[in-house]
This record gives sequence, C-alpha cells and structure tokens, in this order.
Amino acid sequence: MTVIDFDHRQTAHCESGAMSALLRHNGLDISEPMVFGIANALTFAYLPFVKIGGMPMIAYRMPPGRLIKGVASRLGVTMQFERFRNAEQGMHALNRHIDQGRPVGLQASVYWLPYFPQDMRFHFNAHNLVAYGYEDEKYLLSDPTFEHPVTSDYQALKKARFVKGMLAPKGLIYYPTKMPENADLPQAIRKAIKGSVNMMLRTPLPIIGVRGIRYVAKKFRAMGNAHEQEGSHNKLVIGHMVRMQEEIGTGGAGFRFLYASFLQESAGLLDCPKLEAASQEFTDTGDEWRRFALFSAKMLKGRMPLDYDKLADQLLVIADSEAGSFRLLQQAI
Amino acid sequence: MNQDDVPQNQSSAFEGQRKPLYVLDKDGHYTTELSSGWDAEEVVLDQAIALFAAQCEAARQRVEQKLCAPLEYHMYQRRMDLTVLAQSTGFFKWQIKRHMKPEVFSHLNPKKLARYQKALGMSAAELQAMPNED
Repeated sequence: MTVIDFDHRQTAHCESGAMSALLRHNGLDISEPMVFGIANALTFAYLPFVKIGGMPMIAYRMPPGRLIKGVASRLGVTMQFERFRNAEQGMHALNRHIDQGRPVGLQASVYWLPYFPQDMRFHFNAHNLVAYGYEDEKYLLSDPTFEHPVTSDYQALKKARFVKGMLAPKGLIYYPTKMPENADLPQAIRKAIKGSVNMMLRTPLPIIGVRGIRYVAKKFRAMGNAHEQEGSHNKLVIGHMVRMQEEIGTGGAGFRFLYASFLQESAGLLDCPKLEAASQEFTDTGDEWRRFALFSAKMLKGRMPLDYDKLADQLLVIADSEAGSFRLLQQAI
Repeated sequence: MNQDDVPQNQSSAFEGQRKPLYVLDKDGHYTTELSSGWDAEEVVLDQAIALFAAQCEAARQRVEQKLCAPLEYHMYQRRMDLTVLAQSTGFFKWQIKRHMKPEVFSHLNPKKLARYQKALGMSAAELQAMPNED
C-alpha cells in the first residue's frame, strides 16, 4: 500500500485539470483557466474527414495532448512521457512511480473506467487523470472531472489505459521532471493570446477558427434543403455538435467561459484593463453558444419547429461575436 | 453566464455527480459553480443513448431471426460501431461483417475469438450467447 498526499480538485476540463494538478503538486500553483489559456487550447475546428460514430468531428479545443505540451513549453517545464507496448509493464511502471512518491498523469478510455456513470461512458480514449496511490488492488485516482477522488481495480485500469483505436493511450504516463525557477507568466500569456488570435482570425483554412463557424452555418443551411431525405441524420449531427460543446469538460459553452476566466485572471496579472473587456466579450460569446445549444435542444425535442436557418443565423451571431472578441484581444496585446 | 443562472436540472445521467461551470459572481469575477445538469444538455445526451439502444434492439431482433451472430448485439451493447470495433480488434470492417454471420461466427477459431473477447471485455461463452431478457 502506497498513498501519496495529493490535493484533489475538480476542474471543468480533464487535460487542463490533470496538468494544473501535477504542476501544483510540483510547486507551481497555477489555475485551470491559466493552464488552458497559456496552452492556446481554445479553437474551433470542423473536420468532416474525421468521423466519430459516422459524424464529422467538431472540436472547440485543440487535439488531446497539445495542451500538456503547449503549457509545458511556454512555462519551461520539462515533461516526461512514457508509453508501453506491454500492458503489464505499463501497470508495473505506474506502481513504481507511485512507490517513488511521484503522482503521474494517465491517459485512459472513458468507457472502461469503472467509476464513470453509465450514461457518460463513450469510447473516448483521451481522458486524463492522475494516479496518486494504490492499496489492496485498488488504484487511488484523482480524476479532475469528479468531485471526489475515485478508485479503480487493476484489471479495469489496465483495460482503460491500453484500449486500441483512435487516440489509443498506449498506457501513457506523464509527469514533470524539471520545473522552471521563475516561470515568466506575463510573457507566456502574451504569446499564447497572440497564438490564439492568429488561429481564430487568420487561418488559411476555411474550416478552422471563426471562418470554420461560418462554414458550419453554411452547412446547416444546406442540411435544411436536404431535410426530406436526411432528416434523422441531420438531427444526429445537430445533437452531436451540441454534445461536443456542452459535455463534461467544457466548463460550459465550448470552453468559452473557461477562456474568459483566463483573460480576467490575465488582466489582473498584466494590469491590462483591455483584457478585462475582452473577457466580458468572451462571456457574451459563451452565452451565445449556450443559446445555440438551447435552440438545438428545443428543436430536437419538438418544442420548437426544426429550423435550420435559425440555427445557421445563431451560428453567424456567434461567429461575429467571436471575431469581435478576438479583435479586441488583438488590440489588447 | 451568472452564478445565479447555473442550471440545476438534476440530470439523471450524472447519477448524483455535479460538474463545475465557470461563471460570474455578483461582482463580475469569475468563479466556479457546480451544476447538477442542464435540460438542453440532457436532450442531446439522451439522443445519443437512444441511438445505441435502438441499434441494440435491432441487432437483438436480427439475432433472434438468425440473421446475425450475437457479436453484432454485443458490439452495440458496448456502445461501439463497426469502426470502433475494427480499431480495437485490429480486424478490417469487412472481416467483422463476415464474422457477424451466424455460420461464420460459430466456426471462428479461438485466436480470433480471443481478439473479440479482449476488445469487448467478455468471456467466450458470453460472446456466443445473448444476455437473458430482464
């Protein structure tokens, strides 16, 4: 039996939650929104060629793994990543880290983690959590999406860490090996905001950033024209889009509130009132995203007539709001 | 969103869990507030769950009519589709489709069966049978 003293905190998003917890444990006290913002994790991407359950991928944040690497490089943290061919070896390595008093981040499949509520279990293989101990064949886990620490038995954790398929975790273990003497937070914030502005406003691809949102609006109008033949599939796409936006780990409104919180914290750190104004803009953007979710849900439930143009119009409202927010951000930095 | 507006719709999917949302307090400062669920979110979650349930039921009927092996039912029961099952077993989709024929599945060699067992987390006996109706 080995248990490391670990400060479990529930966060909105698993990757920023696990990473901020690991950094905090290693002496760098940094909030979840700060980790999320510094890593440039916010985005919008519509990727029709990547299918999830037959549906196009719609992402409101950067792909899994990018956040950890992004925040580490911005702050000068050296991270160690370990992957395994053999599952037993991967479990053995985990025990060894814990024995050495080192809590480590793990990548695992949501579906096979035994403590997830039944209706939340989907085949998403890039969930993040921290392991901080084991006793009597039970692993003690700090899963950032849960209010309290959780446990898993050996077999279930092994299965969850070694599933195959899209974003296969391959038993990934990660932890910081070298922490910065003095992390230059203000500089990291400036760079990160510039990066996000570029991605959202100046992308050459029409399916990324603000252009991506307008692109999806166009798609929705086209879906309306094909409603007779494709009605049931269209409804699934609408539901899928909202699910990606509101599911556990977004902090609400496709990470926009999380980002607004980052900007507010940054405004204080940099003593920059313009960032505070931008934060308010992002809060409004997030509210518009939630309005989109609400309309969609009402239409899917039949409490409102299914009106693709109304949804497309709402997406354009969001796109304008997002463009405005990022332009404000551009001026602030 | 303001702290007072955080939805508390007691989503059954959460099973009593709550999740934090980033919201503004009375003074306009960001803080977190726990939500027990939002109706709009539950609608889209239910939609996804219902789709898996419908696929499961359709597969159950095909199994009863001897049109497919229980494998197809178990795949949907595990919330997978052909793509996910193919990725997690390493088979091609056309191989799986073939294995789903009752006459092919009943003669599947133990090695291949083991790959399904591992991916679906089931014993050979469970894989070859249908669960009892509750």
